[in-house]
Amino acid sequence: MPDIMPEDSVGLVAPEIISFDEPLKLACGRTLPSYQLVVETYGKLNNDKSNAILICHALSGHHHAAGYHSRDDLKPGWWDNHIGPGKPIDTNRFFVVCPNNLGGCHGSTGPNSINPNTNKVWGVEFPPLRARDWVNSQARLADRLGIQQWAAIVGGSLGGMQVMRWALEFPDRIRHAIVIASAMKLSAQNIAFNEMARNAIKSDPDFQNGNFIEKNTQPRNGLALARMIGHVTYLSDEQMGSKFGRELSAGSFQQGQYTPVEFQVESYLRHQGDAFSGSFDANTYILMTKVLDYFDLAREYDDDAIKAFSHAQCDFLIVSFLSDWRFSSERSEEIVRALIDAKKNVSYAAISSNLGHDSFLLRNEHYEKTLSAYMDRLLEDLQENKKSSNILETIL
Amino acid sequence: MSLRADLKIIQNWISPNSRILDLACGDGSLLKDLKLSKQVDGYGLEIDSEKITEAISNNINVIAANLDSGLSQFSDKSFDTVIMTEALQAMRNPDLVLDEMLRVGGNCIVTFPNFGNWRARTSLSFRGRMPVTKKLNYQWYNTPNIHFCTVFDFEELCADKNIHIKNRRFAAEHVPDKYLKNLWPNLFSDTAIYLLSK
Repeated sequence: MPDIMPEDSVGLVAPEIISFDEPLKLACGRTLPSYQLVVETYGKLNNDKSNAILICHALSGHHHAAGYHSRDDLKPGWWDNHIGPGKPIDTNRFFVVCPNNLGGCHGSTGPNSINPNTNKVWGVEFPPLRARDWVNSQARLADRLGIQQWAAIVGGSLGGMQVMRWALEFPDRIRHAIVIASAMKLSAQNIAFNEMARNAIKSDPDFQNGNFIEKNTQPRNGLALARMIGHVTYLSDEQMGSKFGRELSAGSFQQGQYTPVEFQVESYLRHQGDAFSGSFDANTYILMTKVLDYFDLAREYDDDAIKAFSHAQCDFLIVSFLSDWRFSSERSEEIVRALIDAKKNVSYAAISSNLGHDSFLLRNEHYEKTLSAYMDRLLEDLQENKKSSNILETIL
Repeated sequence: MSLRADLKIIQNWISPNSRILDLACGDGSLLKDLKLSKQVDGYGLEIDSEKITEAISNNINVIAANLDSGLSQFSDKSFDTVIMTEALQAMRNPDLVLDEMLRVGGNCIVTFPNFGNWRARTSLSFRGRMPVTKKLNYQWYNTPNIHFCTVFDFEELCADKNIHIKNRRFAAEHVPDKYLKNLWPNLFSDTAIYLLSK
């Protein structure tokens, strides 16, 4: 972290582990007898518990969304750009909750936890999950925190899918849905990228059919390759061109001699892959990519997105980025179209950015202004709602 | 600030609780007003990112969209009224935008600056210069307004397309235009306001 804590940082934060003993029935038909979620919270929950915001993380995210765990941390949480005092998701005004999803590998129950029935690591035996399982577990988390209704649920990419599922599954428990760089379902191309990543992991001999922890190995090469494949799809051609171009980090093309050449983009990708493979669980990666692939918002609503969204009661903000080709603006516009036809309140911003899918994590003036304007409006909505419920109480 | 004259006229043509689509809605002030005065259920389309942010602040359902690519995101007759104020002249294909408006909406309301106004004519005939007005303060090379028309031109287009003119009103800011605008709209109105259907 910087020598002096920035004023707009939530500062030093510590995660909290919350245990749930009530069994959780999963979409696959199996039941988790008990589980735990690791959670970070920022800001203060107000007296009527109306200012809570749930952050849903994406594929490789976790509970550490903002601030620093220690003074030695080089980087803050993954969405620190947007969460903090005075930032779009303003912790002076909102109580922000970010759990690590079930099946994750950062402290919530997942493939690298112990299966209570066998006392062995779950590994590949961990039940397959769907976005609705996450939503159900997050609803229990809300119960535990005493939050009847989230002021907003916010998520990018896979996180956005959870937000939409929330809106359909618990319509009265979400007031505003903020869905960023997401889609109602993945395209074939998108599933193909995920399958390449899974195959990279599975073809690493150290994967050991998913039982690598028991065998005391780690499929680091496979996981690194999976991350490299994913990472390329999160960037844009333009951005990679301007960041790396054809610059070399080693070797040369000089005639008459041969020194092995390495392009900067190669070193960069290798670094990304290595860093990721040291901190992520291969089974979690497979599980999370499958949640993405299987997600289809309207599947059980006769494949009719309008019918699906007609169950929602919240207002929506949809955001996309013009250079994002993994979750393109067209996918967001499909969401918007269905919401309009379902007669829901919706606003949509298509942000000009050349940073690809990763734009949702990064700083961008228009993006921040859009989020801030929506959050201001949300706060007004909460205040009006409070006023009208006070009036109602007086009358009754 | 009081509503512009043309906006008051539009307000009178909108039924309470109707479903409204406002094209090029800007900061959403028209929809904001219609929500208050007519309890409409409204959406605005806008291309400018700053204005989208302002519309969000104004508590308007605003959708980022480029009108030149049509309204394919909307189903036939999915709105009671589709409105476009002072933007027709900035469209690449104003005629196709009109078609789209009438496909998506039962009624449509269009306002545009009338270039048949005598001030515009004077500028061109006597000064030999393209008209630059206070309201449309651009030079010929940087103006977003690429398809100007007169009241006559517009009505001819409606006739060609079998578009039914249900009502029309004219606005003018200055004297003597104010008093003559209804007598000779093509010469004296500076804004024309039409209620159309197919």
